[in-house]
Amino acid sequence: MSDKRIIQTDLSSVLTVEEITEIDHELVHIPYKSGAAIDALKIVQKARGWVSDECLQAIAKHLEMSSEELEGVATFYNLIYRRPVGDKVILFCDSVSCWINGCDDIKQAISNKLGVDYGETTTDNAYTLLPVPCLGACDRAPVMMVGDELVTNLDNEVVETLFASEKSGGKQ
Amino acid sequence: MEKVLTRNIAPDKGPTDMAAYEANGGYSGLRKAMSGMSPDDCREVVSQSNLRGRGGAGFPTGMKWSFVPMGDKCTPGHKYLVCNADEMEPGTFKDRLLMEYDPHQLIEGMILSAYCIGADVSYIFIRGEYVVAIERLREALAECYAKGYLGENIMGSGYKLDMYVHPSAGRYICGEETALINALEGKRANPRAKPPFPQVSGLWGRPTIVNNVETLCNIPHIIDRGADWFKGLGVGEDAGTKLFGVSGRVKNPGCWELPMGTPVREILENHAGGMQDGLQLKGFLPGGGSTDFLTQDHLDLAMDYNVIGKAGSRMGTGTMIILDDQTCPVGMVLNLIRFFAHESCGFCTPCRDGLPWSRQVLEDIENGRGKVEDLDTLEYQINYIGAIGNTHCALAPGAMEPLQSALKYFREDFERHISGGCCPYHLGAGA
Repeated sequence: MSDKRIIQTDLSSVLTVEEITEIDHELVHIPYKSGAAIDALKIVQKARGWVSDECLQAIAKHLEMSSEELEGVATFYNLIYRRPVGDKVILFCDSVSCWINGCDDIKQAISNKLGVDYGETTTDNAYTLLPVPCLGACDRAPVMMVGDELVTNLDNEVVETLFASEKSGGKQ
Repeated sequence: MEKVLTRNIAPDKGPTDMAAYEANGGYSGLRKAMSGMSPDDCREVVSQSNLRGRGGAGFPTGMKWSFVPMGDKCTPGHKYLVCNADEMEPGTFKDRLLMEYDPHQLIEGMILSAYCIGADVSYIFIRGEYVVAIERLREALAECYAKGYLGENIMGSGYKLDMYVHPSAGRYICGEETALINALEGKRANPRAKPPFPQVSGLWGRPTIVNNVETLCNIPHIIDRGADWFKGLGVGEDAGTKLFGVSGRVKNPGCWELPMGTPVREILENHAGGMQDGLQLKGFLPGGGSTDFLTQDHLDLAMDYNVIGKAGSRMGTGTMIILDDQTCPVGMVLNLIRFFAHESCGFCTPCRDGLPWSRQVLEDIENGRGKVEDLDTLEYQINYIGAIGNTHCALAPGAMEPLQSALKYFREDFERHISGGCCPYHLGAGA
């Protein structure tokens, strides 16, 4: 976080009216404002893809909590992104049933095809690759999520078809 | 066998909506309760049924509920019922099925359970990745509000309940009930110290019950058809049916509803179709990634909580993970320990620092850099981290279960890695 960002004062303009309305809607059944911290982070992330420092501070101010405390919450959860991600996040399951069914090789194939490792985004900003705990579809292992879609019974062919339009190599 | 939990479930037919659910007898349990059964009556039926929690621990549901202060004994304010739909135990894939294809069954179970404990607010805490289930549950909730099955004066009984779907922002530790409550409160999901137990002081300091999806799905049937009927469903010591699953390199991996107490062999051979050609069974985790390995010698055991417990493991979630003879047991345990080390919430030292240490030792062994004394180090870690009381919650002791049993049953595999200076399963297999 740069000094310039820390002293930013006009936080009210950072969040949209729609975002503030939606956050306030969550507050109705929550006894303390900070109780909506995770909901608020998710609301802001929904439209923007990730939660920037400016947004984090604006949310903290709105919920009357310190931005340090909110940062502690935001960085705890793996589905809150504190860095920009691609248009679709690939949540790749590397848990035990997928591992038995050869997910390490599939992950390598995806990395080769897209030119990214875990935590990286493709140069065309289409995909960010992340690992995820067991996706609960172990009878169809190996599996992953691409955006909101669950893709099952992964093999090299499925990977090739899915990312056919992606050029190999390169990362941001 | 009579299907209970999955009677409306046929994935090729799609989800069961309100009309289809009611046409097949749905909401008759709720109707029965709302037209003359008191919360005490309902709770008594559930206690009598011997239903045990299906989330992994197997705690008797009626007893769990009995700790909630009722009537005059409860200070004025909200009480909460929370559904734990944070299915993330490695190798577990049963709650997804129940929620995606029969959301009303879960909701009816939740309304009845909330009624039993006098809750007026309920949450379905569901992992964010279950986007299909989240959408279908929200549609089902809207149908319930429209029909007066939720909200004010449910079915004219005067009982009021609100229900919300709460998608989580991730992390395995949220499955621990007090961590889940912290996540619902918008905090980091560190587990809480117990006591106080959530039944007395849970969400926002109010009495709270957290039950697993499958547990709650049993409730409508128990209320509707009675405790004796439910007890009669099991073929062993435990009552009811259970969703059993098998994953790994078997012919037909899947999830099936079977009587409680069905033998392991029947599940593995009749339903999962046995091992894939050319593979032999070497071991299995009976109920998810934090249960102890069992072996071929245990195939005739009944899948009952106490039977599997006496054999040195836990029935856990009832979804088995199969280790075949061509998959490296050290690699499999390393995968599990890596998972648990990654998912540690970081609150207590034995878990935060101990699990990465175990992972490092296992990585050394798997990659051929292991030393004979590493096995003593692992034993030390198992004894220390695995002892309940040395850690803040059950995550790290759970992580030690597959490790300690792998060392017991597959010790020579560890020794071969060390003496050979490489993973023997990667030789000649072309891997």
